[in-house]
Amino acid sequence: MGGLSLADFGIDQALIAHLVLIFVVFQALVLTSAFMVWMERKVCAYIQDREGPNRVGPAGLLQPFADVIKLVFKEDLRPKAADAFLFAIAPIISTATAFAAFAVVPFGGETTLFGLLEQPLRLEVTDVNVGVLVIFAVASMGVYGIVLAGWSSNSKYSLLGGLRSSAQMISYELSYGLSLVAVIMLAGSLSLREIVMNQAGAWWHVIPKWYVFLQPLGFFIYMTAGVAETNRAPFDFPEAEQELVAGYHTEYSSMSFALFFMAEYINMVTVSAVATSVYLGGWLGPFASDTLGWVWFMAKVLLILFFYVWMRWTLPRYRYDQLMEFGWKWLLPLAVLNLIVTAALVIWLG
Amino acid sequence: MDLIVFYVLAGVIVLASLGVVSSRNPMHSVMLLIVSFGALAGLYVLLDAPFSAVTQMIVYAGAIMVLFIFVVMLLNQHREDDPDVIPPSLLRPNLRAGVLFSLLLAFQIAWFLSRLPIHPFRGDAGTVSTVSSVAEIGKALFTTHSFAFEVTSVLILVSMVGAIVIARKEPDGRRQ
Repeated sequence: MGGLSLADFGIDQALIAHLVLIFVVFQALVLTSAFMVWMERKVCAYIQDREGPNRVGPAGLLQPFADVIKLVFKEDLRPKAADAFLFAIAPIISTATAFAAFAVVPFGGETTLFGLLEQPLRLEVTDVNVGVLVIFAVASMGVYGIVLAGWSSNSKYSLLGGLRSSAQMISYELSYGLSLVAVIMLAGSLSLREIVMNQAGAWWHVIPKWYVFLQPLGFFIYMTAGVAETNRAPFDFPEAEQELVAGYHTEYSSMSFALFFMAEYINMVTVSAVATSVYLGGWLGPFASDTLGWVWFMAKVLLILFFYVWMRWTLPRYRYDQLMEFGWKWLLPLAVLNLIVTAALVIWLG
Repeated sequence: MDLIVFYVLAGVIVLASLGVVSSRNPMHSVMLLIVSFGALAGLYVLLDAPFSAVTQMIVYAGAIMVLFIFVVMLLNQHREDDPDVIPPSLLRPNLRAGVLFSLLLAFQIAWFLSRLPIHPFRGDAGTVSTVSSVAEIGKALFTTHSFAFEVTSVLILVSMVGAIVIARKEPDGRRQ
């Protein structure tokens, strides 16, 4: 390099570390969604007293990779009457927003990688002081992927699926947001890192100071709305097979279908990660939360993800009018009540 | 670096906005408007106002544009270049007058802008923290501007009730 070092180009260790971190988070999300496909099929199989995938790799663990290879080699079909540009861009919007939402989630404390780095690296992609709002903003962009997919396919099943999905996401976004506002009032901050830090310590040295114990109703509302937001059973109306074939992605095939699939699983991971950070103390655990915080974080996220899968294969789908009635007449008033009571208590107790 | 980002974002805004008015497919117009709003949010981030940026995304790019998309999707099946969409009175003869007037207007705006005193924005710590702090914005909304805030919410409520009254059908199917 003739005496030049990377620092001469304005590239220092912190920047490289950060880029590596972003790459790792990206790959981890992709791998998690692959693992989730495997877990979904395995848990579903055991619930239905079957074996599930068990041919590819140990315990069928390589099944998702086989699926991806199959999907890559499939022909990418497009309906003749579809809007070519919007049809192509819709799955990209879905996946990109799913990835982007995870950027503000902290998954560990600070680390120097055993003294490898000069400055400690914070285990999150970015720490903005309006982190919770960023998640809402990105989630509201995610609706477009689904709506556009439904509209541009020029098929009645797709259009109905897209409409249902957007109506559902808009209805449940309110309760989703209001349940988080209560926690924001308790923590006094919009940054997810600060919200996690506020949950350090324990009451009487036994019960951790997690917000789930202060906000049990809020946690319930968040989880319910989160299931509806991610279009999962028992709220999986956008792709209700018996009525809509496959909903908004009926006309998609090959990798563009896989992108929708991946977006759904990454959205689940994000909802679980936010639930972990906001209600379950994030990376904080009873011991070694400084160095091994990310293990605690992953364990909690996996627990919530398992709960999601468990619920999907246990509960039957509601009716569409029941979904709307539940969202507007029960969940939203409950969220408002929770918010008002929390606000009153925060003012009363200082 | 900031300057490059600014020009890229400004370019995206201008191009996307031009696309909004020139696109023949209303759905593409709506999508380009969202792109324009997104780039505008980027400008807010550049000005150290992340809260404004995020509310821009949630309220404008998210909530309002979803309504636009619904309207376009459900009501508007035609394309803008259908002969019956553009009234003939807006064609040839009026075009020349329109071009003349817009040139005059552009000249006028340029003249005014050139006479404005130039005060470069100084990002001093006090201003920036006030702009970006959610708590400060909340305090200002509920104390100094509480009247305007409440009046706005009543206004929105009135328009909501109005929309429901207009759209509502009587039980026997007769329009109100």
